[in-house]
Amino acid sequence: MIIDLQKFITEERLYWTELEQVLNRLERKPDEKLRLGALERFHYLYQRTSADLAKISTFSAEPNTRQYLESLVGRAFGEIHETREKPHRLRPLHWFFNTFPQTFRKHFRAFAISLLALLVGAAFGGFTIIVDSSTKQILMPFSHLQGDPSERVKTEESTDSDRLKGAKSYFSSYLMTHNTKVAIFTLALGMTWGIGTLIMLFYNGVILGAVAVDYVLAGESAFLLGWLLPHGAIEIPAILLAGQAGIVLAGALIGWGQPIALRTRLRKISNDLVTLICGVALMLIWAGIIEAFFSQYHEPVVPYSFKIAFGCVELLILALFLGRAGCRKIGESA
Amino acid sequence: MELLIVQTPMKDRINALIIKTPEGVEFSLRLAGPITRFLAWSIDLATLMAVMSIINVVFAILGILSRDLAAAANIIGFFVISIGYGILLEWYWQGQTVGKKLLRLRVLDAQGLRLRFSQVVIRNLLRFVDSLPALYLIGGLVCLLNQRAQRLGDVAANTIVTWNPRIAEPDLNQLLEGKYNSFHEYPHLEARLRHYVRPSEAQIAVQSIMRRDALDPQARIALFRELRAYFENLVTFPQEATDGISDERYVRNVVGAVFRPKTSGGDSAKTTSVH
Repeated sequence: MIIDLQKFITEERLYWTELEQVLNRLERKPDEKLRLGALERFHYLYQRTSADLAKISTFSAEPNTRQYLESLVGRAFGEIHETREKPHRLRPLHWFFNTFPQTFRKHFRAFAISLLALLVGAAFGGFTIIVDSSTKQILMPFSHLQGDPSERVKTEESTDSDRLKGAKSYFSSYLMTHNTKVAIFTLALGMTWGIGTLIMLFYNGVILGAVAVDYVLAGESAFLLGWLLPHGAIEIPAILLAGQAGIVLAGALIGWGQPIALRTRLRKISNDLVTLICGVALMLIWAGIIEAFFSQYHEPVVPYSFKIAFGCVELLILALFLGRAGCRKIGESA
Repeated sequence: MELLIVQTPMKDRINALIIKTPEGVEFSLRLAGPITRFLAWSIDLATLMAVMSIINVVFAILGILSRDLAAAANIIGFFVISIGYGILLEWYWQGQTVGKKLLRLRVLDAQGLRLRFSQVVIRNLLRFVDSLPALYLIGGLVCLLNQRAQRLGDVAANTIVTWNPRIAEPDLNQLLEGKYNSFHEYPHLEARLRHYVRPSEAQIAVQSIMRRDALDPQARIALFRELRAYFENLVTFPQEATDGISDERYVRNVVGAVFRPKTSGGDSAKTTSVH
């Protein structure tokens, strides 16, 4: 029991201030490692302040002191009982060439589900166009896709003027931000136990399949590949990766076969989700630039063969990057 | 080592999360409700719009050089600021944005651990779903139904939003000034009283004295009789300290003993606050 409250506070305040200083330092420099002596002192200060909080918690006249001590003990508790690895100093190159592809491979099953949903959607979209081409008006949300593909190709190839002149940067930034929003939305819909994510992927697949079949049936396969591949080789996998992140989130929510608490499951995947969505954002920046500055130019300005080859090379590099980058060599410690 | 998280039951919900550390110390985190959070978000929205209008002026100047670049910078700027605002501020201000700072809210890890960057990113990215169909309807509903007042983003990121209300100490100067308090003659019993009287009970006593004139005479007598009996049960003062004083006087003495203990330096000591 505290008899003289003022004396108690005056004596203990020194320890509280010292603990606060240590906490401020640790929060300012998260990668700092305390020496053994400093660690022991930190632990002692935490325990002493905890004991002070227990003593003062019944004091009606000291709500501010109690709140202050609660905040100190709370912060120290977080530092002492945190078992997750401390955040490293930012290493963007290491993250890009190692962490990102490793995370992709770690959740490959989720990527396969994402790909499957897109392919089922594409098959559905393509089949619908084969059965009834008038459904284009419903399936394709963009007016320039609803007309006759051959007419469009003819117009695109005969035009002399650069229709994006003076608006390429604007168009490019619009594509980047719009697609990134769609990707984040696809990830966020993982909170609907993955149903929303799968619907998004299916819907994108329907549009893709419908457009592809429509152009193939019209005999405009070269135009289609030359138009879509340069940016689509990155953009479509990016949306698949966003879907992968959404499915990873859904998997943690559902927790099939994982005998651990929901909070622990979500905690385990949080870094992976951020890695995947950051990687997706980078991919979409690249895709946005290519779509605005390259994909919109057709023959005779740029030969289709060149555009298709460019897209294939991109796809190959992406596959190699996601499949091989950051792989540890045999014998290297894990 | 086990971390216990105790949630207050729904029926007497005060929206507080109590964390018990393995050292046996309890500390409570008062959870912010959807209305307070919505107000904080409104302030953040206003801040964002103010920032954007300033940036628009800068981009307008850039437009003199290239209208295309200015339009592109505008789109990217708005996108980066609208998404990055919450992430950057909550990370650098340890769980606070401008709106949260003003309304004394803070994002914390749901288990009292250190807030991670990935948690900040996830809770902010999931605003895309929480804000559906408009004005954070889904997030608000989930927040109302969730025991920890979490929106979907908080559930995914394992975070909570706490409210640290400014605690106003009762203004007892006028209430207790110039009145003799017989309990001050027994500092050891006063110390025991301070130890046993819980903050909520002390507040009941203070409020009873402050609102006594507004009470019905019968209710006033009954209330102070009941309070006296309760405090007498906690600590028994000698007869010479309590003889001849009314129930109301007794409760006033209790408040004086709890909030204004007599010290060697003077009649009453001011409570000490640490900031």
